[in-house]
Amino acid sequence: MADNVKPRVRVPKEASAGDTITIKTLISHTMESGQRKDKDGNVIPRSIINRFVADFNGENVIDVTLEPAISTNPYFEFDAIVPGPGEFTFTWYDDDGSVYTETKSIDVS
Amino acid sequence: MELTRRNMLTMGSAALAAYGLGALPAFASLTDDEIAKITGGAETAAGELTITAPEIAENGNTVPISISAPGAVMVAIFAEGNPVPNVATFNFGPLNPTRSASTRIRLATTQNVVAIAKMEDGSFQRASAEVKVTIGGCGG
Repeated sequence: MADNVKPRVRVPKEASAGDTITIKTLISHTMESGQRKDKDGNVIPRSIINRFVADFNGENVIDVTLEPAISTNPYFEFDAIVPGPGEFTFTWYDDDGSVYTETKSIDVS
Repeated sequence: MELTRRNMLTMGSAALAAYGLGALPAFASLTDDEIAKITGGAETAAGELTITAPEIAENGNTVPISISAPGAVMVAIFAEGNPVPNVATFNFGPLNPTRSASTRIRLATTQNVVAIAKMEDGSFQRASAEVKVTIGGCGG
């Protein structure tokens, strides 16, 4: 498992039912592309996050397949509809099999 | 032909020009292959799909891009000048109203970034943006 992988998510604290909100996510990860070489000329093996999924109460918002061309500390910004009160679940899948999850609940008035 | 200084220069620049012409389609076809895998050879037309990228990126390691594709179920992004053209594939779920997203990508060199969108009716749209990269972002 990569060191110091820390997901960060920004979701508005509250919204009205049916509102469109903007979500920003960032996860600290080196996203080693597999193209770089170390000092001795050996290729540094690829180690990236290959998939990111955002769900709201089990319904899908966005599902992204990542390739090595995504920058270090993958950042995503996207919109979501809030149909009612509930919880956002964010999941990142690492090349090495690790899965990182983060949840954020939202108050709906 | 007598090898004079002038002849050498002409030959050199001709060879360079030929190399330049030869190198570009090689990258483009790699991207076209990947696009064909998604579309199955179907036509890609311009439409509501837009891709926003900076005209000049000083650092190819983090180039902010955003896509907006009303009515799309999937958007794939390709960088024509990267060693591997695939960048990312966005699949939009039912709770995503605007079908837009932003992220940061790596670009090896000055090149076109292409987005292909699959619409709800099964048709495909294409948009591209040229980014000038000052420092490449693929190491090596």
